[in-house]
Amino acid sequence: MKLPDLTELALRNLRESMLRNSLTTVGISVGVASLVAMLSLGIGLQQLVSRRLVKSGLFDTVVVTSRRDLRFTERDQERPAQTPGESPVLDESVRQEIERLPNVLEAYPDIRFVTELRFDDKPHLTMISGLPSSAKSNDAFEGLQGSFFSSDTAAEAILQKSFAEELLGKTTAPGEAEPNVADLAKPLLGKKLIMRYAQRAAPSTSVPLRPSDASSENSAVATAYSVISSEQKLKIVGIADLDPETLRGPTRAKVFLPLKLAESLHVMQPSDLREISRAASNQPLYSALSVRVKNPAQVQMVEDAIKKMGFTTFSILDATRNLRQVFVVLDMFLGIFGSLALAVASIGIVNTLVMAILERRREIGIMKAIGASDIEVKKLFFAEAGAMGVLGGIVGVILGWAIGQVINLGTNAYLKRQSLPPEHFWAVPWWLVLSAISFAFIVSLVSGLYPAGRAARLDPVQALRYE
Amino acid sequence: MTTSPVIASTRTTAAIRSENLCRHYRMGETLIRAVDGVSLEVRAGEFVALLGSSGSGKSSVLNLIAGLDHPTSGSVIVQDRDLAKLSREELAKYRLHVVGMVFQSFNLIASMTVAENVELPLRFAEVNRSRRESLACEALARVGLRARMNHRPSELSGGEQQRAALARALIMRPQLLLADEPTGNLDSHTGTEIMDLVGEFNQQLGMTVVMVTHERALAERYAQRMLFLADGKLVGDEPNFAVQSGSARGQP
Repeated sequence: MKLPDLTELALRNLRESMLRNSLTTVGISVGVASLVAMLSLGIGLQQLVSRRLVKSGLFDTVVVTSRRDLRFTERDQERPAQTPGESPVLDESVRQEIERLPNVLEAYPDIRFVTELRFDDKPHLTMISGLPSSAKSNDAFEGLQGSFFSSDTAAEAILQKSFAEELLGKTTAPGEAEPNVADLAKPLLGKKLIMRYAQRAAPSTSVPLRPSDASSENSAVATAYSVISSEQKLKIVGIADLDPETLRGPTRAKVFLPLKLAESLHVMQPSDLREISRAASNQPLYSALSVRVKNPAQVQMVEDAIKKMGFTTFSILDATRNLRQVFVVLDMFLGIFGSLALAVASIGIVNTLVMAILERRREIGIMKAIGASDIEVKKLFFAEAGAMGVLGGIVGVILGWAIGQVINLGTNAYLKRQSLPPEHFWAVPWWLVLSAISFAFIVSLVSGLYPAGRAARLDPVQALRYE
Repeated sequence: MTTSPVIASTRTTAAIRSENLCRHYRMGETLIRAVDGVSLEVRAGEFVALLGSSGSGKSSVLNLIAGLDHPTSGSVIVQDRDLAKLSREELAKYRLHVVGMVFQSFNLIASMTVAENVELPLRFAEVNRSRRESLACEALARVGLRARMNHRPSELSGGEQQRAALARALIMRPQLLLADEPTGNLDSHTGTEIMDLVGEFNQQLGMTVVMVTHERALAERYAQRMLFLADGKLVGDEPNFAVQSGSARGQP
């Protein structure tokens, strides 16, 4: 029998026992819905965590340092041929070269220094760093009170919550509830801070090297610079609730300036002192570069390319690998629990079809008497099981999606009451929709194996005698 | 529908031949000999009636000829096919293409319309929809049921249901029509109408007809030959010269 005829006959037979077949189909729907609900929760959570991690900048960022910076001594097997003293320095030309590498979004200098900030004439010593404008999308600024920098050169500052507490003289005892960032922001936004810092001033004179050094690899002219004390007024424009620099550990900053402004201030960097023995050009040297990669999957490729250039790199890519494994296991468990309901539903299919064989015994006999083969009869019962599976699968996916939406809405209402931003932790991707329907179809066919075989084996003479 | 030239040319050759055909059943400790060593021959285009009392084995013989049942021993050869040696799949093909069957209880599928019932064998033969519809119309017109084609069997009288069953048996243009008590559930007038149709198929289409009946009068009126069964054995084989000479149909 041709497939359209088979489908038509199967649907007609299903319509004949509408109530029973509908109930069986509802059973499959519930099974599929539970499977979809469980898996979409797992997928949604995975996407939420991945989104958060990507937004945090932890997983798509490679920190590049010069091998001259001995803090980042590499493991023996990765030790390069050059000694640290022969390694290249991180300067503007290297930054531009790295930025031109494939899959690199941007490479910006890591400007970071400890200095004094005065607020209400009281000095506060803290770590300050420059932030590029792209950091605006960083997850840590999601709960930002106030606004991000108006421009990349504006004399503005964003404070980390703990520094805001320090400025206001508020301390949180262990176990005590942390103050609300909005309460901290009110008295600080728009206020002025005075930053005092050591500025590396432009060279005034060039001192020739001794003749014996003239042939050395360093340039013939050593550059001198002076360090002068400077001040910069900053306007507080934002208070960040979360810490955007968790990765930095002890070197994480508590005050952030626009990157271009921080660069233009020529604040003395630790690398300036390290490089003082080396003749240098007018171009500034960077202690570290932060390289943002298009996709976390391309981090390794970019890291390898930068290592080939002779620099040390650092990323926490391995952490994402482990995270993926955790979610695969979680999805598997959720899938197994979701499938249990479908397994119960499959027993319903077997029951329905066995009942159908008993009821339609004579009909099967008639079909065989007029020329239906065992395979035709088997195919007909398979088609009925498959049709119930597909219908149940479609309704189940819709039901699962609806359950997800309801839970999402309920959870977001709860989050809103807790003054937390809404989250979308429910995802029903297309592949899940198609897989769930296919799975329901396959489970139904497997469930139809026994009834279909039994119907096919019916003795036509016996079946025709059946009343 | 026209007479098949192949059938017309083989009218005198054997269409069905059985040799020492047996069908035994075991019911607990008892062995039931439903068919017990029946040897018979039916020529192509012949109209044969199988007569006997209830339990004589006539329906069992018919089921063996129809390929619905397997003999315990012996052989049943239909158009050079030994049915005992055919697989289940081959028997299904044989039933689809060679045999048309009508039953006492009509055996129409209640959930289908008359037209759908009639065209059901064509679905198994994978004939396309438009061809199926035209063949079903043609077959229903032949039995005078064209106007009732979209009705369900439950909306038809017994005679109309048997006409629909005849149309279904005709639709694949089989060489062999097997009828198991075709008038058993009908009044005598309707029974005559049905038997006239069966006789017409035999005469005009050259179909070989084997009819099971317990009504001798019916057999004498339509069958060219009468085979008598008792306790599963063939106990008589009488030619019906009245039918053979064409004088029997006029009788009431």
